[in-house]
Parts: sequence; structure tokens; C-alpha cells
Amino acid sequence: MTGGAPNSGGATTDTYAKARTWLLMPAWLVLLVLSLTPVALMLVYSFLTKEFRGGVIWDFSLAAYDQFFFDRGLFGDEPARIEWTYIGIFWRSIWQAGAATVLSLLIGFPTAYFIATRPEKARPIWVFLVTIPYWVNLLIRTVSMKFLLRDQGPLNDFLMFTGLIDSPIHIINTNFAVQLGLFYSYLPFMVLPIYAAVERYNFTLSEAAADLYASKWVTLRRILLPAVKPGVVAGCILVFVPSLGSFLAPDLLGGAKNFMIGSLIEEQFKGNAGNWPFGAAASMILLTLVLIILIMFTRQQAKSNKAGG
Amino acid sequence: MASRSYDIKSYTGFKFITLACLVILYAPLVVVTIYSFNASKSITVWEGLSLRWYVDVFVGPESEKFKLAAMNSFVIAIIAATVSTTIATLAATAVVRGGNFRLRTASLGLISLPLMVPEIVTAVATLIFFNAIGFDRGLMTILMAHIAFCIPFAYLPISARMQGIEDTYEQAAMDLYATKRQAFTRILLPLMMPGIISGFLLAFIVSLDDFIITNFVKGAGVETLPTAIFGAVKQGIKPNIMAISTMLLGLSVIMVTISYFISKSDNTK
Amino acid sequence: MVPEEQSIAIDVRDAVKRYDDFTALKKLSLSIMDNEFFTLLGPSGCGKTTLLRMIAGFENVTEGEIFLFGEEIKNLPPYQRPVNTVFQNYALFPHMTVLDNVAFGLEMRGSSKSEARKGAGEMLELVQLTQFANRKPSQLSGGQQQRVALARALAPRPKVLLLDEPLSALDLKLRKAMQLELKHLQRETGITFIFVTHDQEEALTMSDRIAVMSDGELQQLGAAKDIYERPRNMFVADFIGETNLLEVSVDKIANGRAVCHLGGGHELTCNSVEGIGVGSKVHMSVRPERLFISATPVENESLKGRVKENIFIGTDISTLINLVDGPEFIVRTSNSDRGNKRIFEPGNEVFVNMEMGAARLLID
Repeated sequence: MTGGAPNSGGATTDTYAKARTWLLMPAWLVLLVLSLTPVALMLVYSFLTKEFRGGVIWDFSLAAYDQFFFDRGLFGDEPARIEWTYIGIFWRSIWQAGAATVLSLLIGFPTAYFIATRPEKARPIWVFLVTIPYWVNLLIRTVSMKFLLRDQGPLNDFLMFTGLIDSPIHIINTNFAVQLGLFYSYLPFMVLPIYAAVERYNFTLSEAAADLYASKWVTLRRILLPAVKPGVVAGCILVFVPSLGSFLAPDLLGGAKNFMIGSLIEEQFKGNAGNWPFGAAASMILLTLVLIILIMFTRQQAKSNKAGG
Repeated sequence: MASRSYDIKSYTGFKFITLACLVILYAPLVVVTIYSFNASKSITVWEGLSLRWYVDVFVGPESEKFKLAAMNSFVIAIIAATVSTTIATLAATAVVRGGNFRLRTASLGLISLPLMVPEIVTAVATLIFFNAIGFDRGLMTILMAHIAFCIPFAYLPISARMQGIEDTYEQAAMDLYATKRQAFTRILLPLMMPGIISGFLLAFIVSLDDFIITNFVKGAGVETLPTAIFGAVKQGIKPNIMAISTMLLGLSVIMVTISYFISKSDNTK
Repeated sequence: MVPEEQSIAIDVRDAVKRYDDFTALKKLSLSIMDNEFFTLLGPSGCGKTTLLRMIAGFENVTEGEIFLFGEEIKNLPPYQRPVNTVFQNYALFPHMTVLDNVAFGLEMRGSSKSEARKGAGEMLELVQLTQFANRKPSQLSGGQQQRVALARALAPRPKVLLLDEPLSALDLKLRKAMQLELKHLQRETGITFIFVTHDQEEALTMSDRIAVMSDGELQQLGAAKDIYERPRNMFVADFIGETNLLEVSVDKIANGRAVCHLGGGHELTCNSVEGIGVGSKVHMSVRPERLFISATPVENESLKGRVKENIFIGTDISTLINLVDGPEFIVRTSNSDRGNKRIFEPGNEVFVNMEMGAARLLID
């Protein structure tokens, strides 16, 4: 297009500039009221006093955060010590989510790479195959996983039938079961961004590396990986963040021993604990953690975008 | 003699991992589907093919509970998907075709907010919100929460689609005496239709699937299919649950397949 | 040809178009006559498309006015201006049939659906695409899509038709055919055509008048022949066709003739130009096809030089000649009657001669 008009050619235009306020009004209204206000109210609730059977009393209190971080004894009169229970639950959640992310990366990267190097016409079908299970109800998927992995379940039956094992291997209610469940829940989030990055990758670079005596694996590590790193990082974030706050996989596959943040929070509102301010405080801490990760991620993406021109 | 081919792109083992990955993804679903046709009352023993648990879902002792839950789920999913798709279509028009404006980034941020906040946090926040304003929990609260978190899912395919439509079509329409409104309804909207349908289907599935948020904001005694299934599974996995799961699973697969083929049919080419 | 009895179709007065930090049009004025094939010619970024889009109503006017048959239109939205556009990439509505595309404008102007379709059918007949009426645009070839776009823009009988580089996507042969077809269509319909292109050959072939633009300014406006033979400045001479651009100094002016010094003792006489006085150092343009080569001097102004290279270009032979101690010349010789013509080989000593009035002094 000639003329050098800055707003011509692209698909982002100002055709409906005059109507935009009205067009955006419903979205703003719904999301301000039903997404942003609730989060603000949650922050408020985390500073209120608990009522015993759920709900709050409108008195300002730091009790929720205090309970999260400090142990003051049964009657609250002992000197404050660090309370490790909840920090421990957060730590375990981070660890579990991290392990699930590594698992997803180890399987997701080769898968994404393999799909991205199929003939162009076949790629959407492979992507489709990998994403279908994601659209099946998460609860049903997790229940199916539980069914498969049970001590008397089909997996153990199959393994004993083939003679690989003599007695059932115990998978359910272990850390590994939770990691497997999380992997199963969010794998497409790992595959899709890596796939997109590899698809954009210019394989002439690999050829140049091979021409300059780099072996395939050296090429992978030194040339391909740095080029697709933004996609890898995006995939890791997209698996890690929802894993961190997940509820179903730890609840159904992990059992009581493998409590994660999601279950801790759920317990405060639906379970017996009934401590709303504490639940709100735990949610705030989780949200803060997630936002810090997302901000770091956005910064890093912006930087690598700049570096990549 | 032909030289040994050196494929720069292929890595040994990657194909195997991909196939293994697909096996892991599909094995649980396939196994549950197979066992849903088990004649046995026990979930461990295979006693041959039967449709008895499907019959049980519709006429068995728990059938009323599941029918009601299914009804709730579908009504909520249809309304939530319709409303959120409409809202998302209007918003996408403003963001993609509204030029540069100060609140553009803020709008995008607000629209993607439900995707960034962990689901459990959204659930807690929404519950607190309805509690604070004294709104009785029930079907209405579920519906409102679903509309909000479905918006980004509907928005993404719609805005992606609109970005792919060149603005010269609307300019050509206006050049041929169509007003902006006519250019929107006669040209832009039909061209966006595949995106809108994908958006609707995704929103529908997301609403139908939601457990965590629904579980928080539903009133006592109000159930959707996922909460009813979760409640039942807490007592142990029973064959009738597997039959229901298989039906839901089939529905999801069918809808995603439709969505896939619609988004593939590009009517601008 | 300045037809005074004709009315003015488009009158652009002091039009300015500014973006945030970029001025696309700098106070541009021009008048386009009714029933004229008018071309805006210039390199990309010269502002020609911006001007066209301002006339169509897709760009607002920062300063100045635009009149359509005496009526100020700069504040009208595109859908209230009786001008239609043939877009560069055609912008045929992909979800509508060819017939519905062509009927669209008529329908929007208030015709009933059946009336609109009837009118569209007639239009399709004019561009010989009747048998494709029920196809989708994607099922047509580039040339056919081009004709549909034309039919669609002409169907509502606009007062002015705007064409934004409509032939740029076609291959050379088809482009040549479409150039003639467009010209005929303009004659047949009697509608004013405003054609935007960066291709000077295309502009020369089709246009009644051409406006050469660069850097958001009008460089020269005139009939095709005028612009080619009497370029006003360096930019126009260089942009339109091939030319020898020589730095000269004016030695003497008498009786409307200027004697110019080329360097190395060579001299040429040409018509003097107002504003260029004795002593000024300016550029001179001489078209290569208006020079000829001889073995001996034919008149007192023959320029002595040596052949450097012959380049065969099909219809012509282009010869590079270095003047003794002077500039280099390109001379074009027709390849038609080779039998009678002597081809000079590199190294030959030759004389370069000029037709009367072929050299032109340029204001920068």
C-alpha cells in the first residue's frame, strides 16, 4: 500500500471507533462486576474476622495472615514461631506443579517438535489429536485416570497379565499420581506454544549448523532450543500456573497425604474448617504468587521479543 | 547406490514419545468407555458387554438426580455461551476495529483476567462477592459466574478471526453506500461467523465442564452434572458414573470436532 | 488539451494530510475534468493513494477542501459520496456470489433486491462475465476478479470511479489487455476515472491527463505527451521514461534559445526556460530515442565521442557513448530497418546528433 498511512493495511482499524464505548460496555460491566470486584472483595475479606460456621464478621483483623505464617500455641499466648504447616503445603504445591511441568516438558517438547515437522497439511490433525482430551471434562478425565491407576485397575491388571509385575504397583495416592494427573490436565498448554515456536523456526539455521559440523543433538541444544525458548517458557508457565492452584487432581488422585493449596482453600469454604478470612488470605497469597510469575514472564517475553527484533 | 538420507529435522525417539504421549492421553478415556459397557456390578471384574448402566442412568434409582443435574448444566451452558459470545463479539469489534484508544490495553487485560486468575481463586472471590452483596446462591449465581469466565474463551477465536479479515471488505461496502451498521451486519458478521461459532462452542464446553467455580457458587441442593458426578465419585467410582462420563465425553469430542471443522472452513478464501 | 467547456468533476483545493509525525500531502491542489481518464502517478509513498482515499472518504482531510461537481464532500462519509472504488486487492466479498457482489451497491442505494440483481446482470454482461454470476469470487481467476471489481464499482453509476493500482496483481499480458479494456470502458460509460499507479508506462498508455506526484506534492500536471516530452523538473524527467540527465551551465541566451556548456568543450543549444538565466548551473534532459549516431558530423553541434557498449533490448538497440572529456550519453536506435543502418561497434569514434527541440532545461 502506498501513501505510508500508518493505519492502513493491517486488520486493526478504526472503522468502529465511534461505537467502541458501547461495544465494550457489556464486557466491561460483566467483568468489572463479576471478575474484578470479587477479587477486590476477597482482599477485603482476608482482613476480616472469621465467623465460626463460615462467613465473616466485619471487624478488621490480621488473624488470617497471622495464622498462615505464625504459630502462637493452642491458646495464642505463646511467643510467635514460624508456622510451617501452610508454608509446607504451598511448598509442596510448588514442588508438585514444578514436577508436573518438567514431566509435561519432557513429553510435550518432543511431541510438539514431532508435530511441527510433519507435512503442513497433516499438522492440524496432529494438533487436533493432542487437544481433544483437553476438551473432555476435567473431572471425567481425572476420574478416568483414577480408575485406570487403581491397585485393582486396568493398568495393573494389564501389567500383571503380561507378567511384567507380580503384584500390583501402588500408584494412586502418591505424589507421582498427582503429577501424572496434572500432566494429563494441562499437557496441551505445553504442546501448543512450543509447536507454534518450532513451526516458525527457520530450519535453514539447523542446516547451517550441520554444515558447520554440529551434530544433531548439538544443533538441538545450541541452535533450535535458544530459538524456540519463548515458546518453551510460555508452555512451562501455562502448565505451572494452573497446576499450582489445581484442586481435582490432588483431591482425587493424591488422597489426604498429598494436600495442595487448592484443597486447603476449598476446605475453608466447603469443608469443615469454615474459616473464610483464612481461605481468602490463602487465595490472595496464591494469586500474588501467580501474578509475580506472570509479570516476570511478560517482562521476559518482551525482552526476548526486542532481542529477536 | 543411493546415499543414506540425512533428515535434519528428525530426531530418534521423538516419534515414539509422541505416540506414547497419545497413549497416555487416550488410555484413561478409552478404558472408562470400555468399562461403561461392562455388565458387572463391580468395576473390577469384566462380565461381558451390556448397556445396563446406560439404562440405569435414565431409569435407575439415581436417574432423577442426574436428569435434573444434566438439565441445569445444559440450560446454564446454553445461556452462558450465548451471552458471553455476544458480549465477546461486540468487545472484539471494539478492540480490533476501534482504532487505538487509551482503554484498549486495559480492556484486553480485563477480558483475559479470568484466564490469568487461578480457577480456585475465581471460585473463592465469586463466592465472597455473592455473600457480600447478600445474593442467594442457586442457579442464577452459577449462571452469572459462568458468563464471566466464558467471555475470554469466546473472545479468543472471535478476535483471531476478525484480525484475519482485511478491513478493505468493510471499506468496499461503505464505498458502495452501505452504512457502518450495514457494513457490520452484511459483511463483517458473516465473515466472522466461523469464529463466532467456534467461540460459542468453546464457551459451551467450558461452561459444561466447570466444576470448581460451580461447586463454590451453587446453592445447597443445586447440582450440575460435574458437581453431581464429583459427589458420587466421593463414594467410589460406580459403573453408572462411567456411563454418564462416557456420554459427556462423547458430546465434548463431537462438539470439538465440529468446532475444528468450522474453523477450518475459511470463507474468506 | 484543456477543455474549458467541460465541467470540473473533482476539485482538490490546498489539501493537506498529516499523520502524527508524517505529512502525506502538502497543500495539494488539482482539478479533474468530467469525463476524463485522469492518472495519479508517482513512486510509493508519494501520497497518491492517500489522495485517492481522501476523495473516496476513507481518510479525513487535515486541511483544505475537496469538491465533487461543485459540492464540498470532505465531511461526507464514504457511503454518502457518489464515487466508487476499485480496490487494489479487489476486496470482493468472499461470502457472496459474483452477482450479489455487483448488486450490493445498487441494493444499498435503495433498489429492491430484484432490481439490483437485474442491474448487476447488465453490468456483468458489459464485462463479459455473465456465465460466472453464481460463482464465488474465489472460483475466478485474477483477471476475472478484476472485472467483477470493476463491474461492482460501476454498477451504481458513480459520478467518479477511483481505481487504486487495480492492475498491479495481474501478469504483464493480462495487464496490457486490461489497460485497453479500462480505456474503452471509460469511453463507453463516460464516467470520470481517477487511476492510481506507480507504473509510468501504464499511465502514459491510458491517461488523458497525468498528475505526477512525489513527496506529497504535485510535480507536474498535463497530457501524457506533454509530460513525456516537456518534463518540468528533474523528478518528472527522471521518473517518466528513460532520459539522459546532464549537468550543464548556461552560457548565453538569445532569441529564446539558450546555449549550454556540457563540459569538455561540448555545447548544445535548446529552448530557454523562464527562470533559468545566464550562468546558472542546471540539468538538461534529452530522451535517448531523439538522438542519433553518425560516423561524421552532420551539423555544427554534433558531439564527438566513442562507443562504449551496445545493449540489445528487443525493439531497440541502446548505445552508450562517452563524449571526449565529457559526459556519457545513451542513444536509442530502432531495431526496425537494420539493413540501412550502420551498427557502431565499441571503440568506434562517432558523433551524437540531436533532433531539434529534443533537449530540455529543467528547474530542479
